[in-house]
Amino acid sequence: MAVPSFLARERIVARPGFNRWLIPPAALAVHLCIGQAYATSVYKTALVEHFDTSLTAIGIIFSIAIVMLGLSAAVFGTWVDRNGPRAAMFTSAVFWVSGFLVGSLGIYTEQLWLLYFGYGFLGGIGLGIGYISPVSTLIKWFPDRPGLATGMAIMGFGGGALIASPLSRQLMNFYDPGYDGTAGTVPSGNSVALLFLTLGLVYLVFMMFGAFIIRVPADGWRPDGFDPASVKAKSLVTTENVSANNAIRTPQFWLLWTVLFCNVTAGIGILEQAAPMIQDFFRDGATSAVAAATAAGFVGLLSLFNMGGRFVWSSTSDYIGRKPIYMVYLGVGIVLYIVLATLGSTATWVFVLTAAIIISFYGGGFATVPAYLRDLFGTYQVGAIHGRLLTAWAAAGVVGPLIINGVLDSRGTPGELVAGDYRPALFIMVGLLAVGFVANLLIKPVADKWHEPKAAPSPSTQEASAAR
Amino acid sequence: MSTPASTSSNQRPTHTPAALIAFAWTLVGVPLAYGLYNTVKAASALFGG
Repeated sequence: MAVPSFLARERIVARPGFNRWLIPPAALAVHLCIGQAYATSVYKTALVEHFDTSLTAIGIIFSIAIVMLGLSAAVFGTWVDRNGPRAAMFTSAVFWVSGFLVGSLGIYTEQLWLLYFGYGFLGGIGLGIGYISPVSTLIKWFPDRPGLATGMAIMGFGGGALIASPLSRQLMNFYDPGYDGTAGTVPSGNSVALLFLTLGLVYLVFMMFGAFIIRVPADGWRPDGFDPASVKAKSLVTTENVSANNAIRTPQFWLLWTVLFCNVTAGIGILEQAAPMIQDFFRDGATSAVAAATAAGFVGLLSLFNMGGRFVWSSTSDYIGRKPIYMVYLGVGIVLYIVLATLGSTATWVFVLTAAIIISFYGGGFATVPAYLRDLFGTYQVGAIHGRLLTAWAAAGVVGPLIINGVLDSRGTPGELVAGDYRPALFIMVGLLAVGFVANLLIKPVADKWHEPKAAPSPSTQEASAAR
Repeated sequence: MSTPASTSSNQRPTHTPAALIAFAWTLVGVPLAYGLYNTVKAASALFGG
């Protein structure tokens, strides 16, 4: 599928002397926008009332978006690698913004299916393409610090929710003065429609800015003082390249898929239930020692650790290596889950500290995985491989909530649960982390037979030859 | 920092203005700071703030 010439990869090859520090803000401009996907809870109740439907029916919007994220990242990954980051960011912006505009129309006209189609389907495609679009470019610009580079971008996805939550509350208050953001007040449906319209237009400007400042390095470019041989000296790191089609035939891909799936499923277990969980852990009869406002503060703290973990742990992996950092995420994660299950209700600080570190590992797992892929499969089609790996995220997004909700449903009713009711779910997460830990231990360098021939064409050359 | 390319490219060199880099970082940094401030404010409820 050809793209207009102004979007083509050949048009954005950086000339010598280009400063690579312009690339991270380009990536952040996209990820900060699509990270809004994690801020949907702010208008959930408003939509339930506006459409006079159930929480489940509204929750489906988010589920469609996450499933489409996984599918589109997997399906369009090769297209993204072939056509370059500007075409991908531009396309992502068109889908993401269209999702908001169609969603706004759906809310305004009270057509729920339009919201499913708009935000869920169209927006979800924008999410998937946008999520992977800058990753391989960053890895190529920062071959000396791939963990730092991908950590910066994927931190933006966590940061997007931090921005969208308060901004959405303020905008809904502006459009509906009767809503002040406190418990008990619910914004009108029309104010949510106007919120969608406003966010769509703001995101359009930001994402297009990112698309137009992004550049790819010229073939053979490398940073001053960087010697690729120094990278090869580290175990598990290759200077060879593996195509996306071959990568999914290797055990390494599926072991890493398992690692990501287990790490994300375990994290979602806490994230999904954060606010009620802290109240239930310190419940005495019908009342909890933790007030609703404090529980909301706990959710905020987890968001900060989720975002911070993406940057800090991914950057750390540049120094200690990808396999060791996942041993920390999964191994220390096992210990922390056991502490949470057994000692979590002894003191609030124990619960908060343990959960916060677990969530920082959850974020770190997301941010480090592109660099791990680059170590194993090279840079040739790392974006496409990353896209296929993200199906683990989609799967975890279904399984994680199923585990936690399934266990809690079998133990009692919300508002009456106590710490002990969470234990079976937390021990299931320990088991999952153990599976992930073993999968990570089994990862070895990719066999030579999967490597591309030495003069592997760059995606741009490949495109050019395909066009001939 | 970056990085005159050690590349075979025969294109003439470019210079990325520092002001453009500062502008790009500000454009993404300001909303991020706004989000961080609001989240820290919300999280402070956890510590009785």
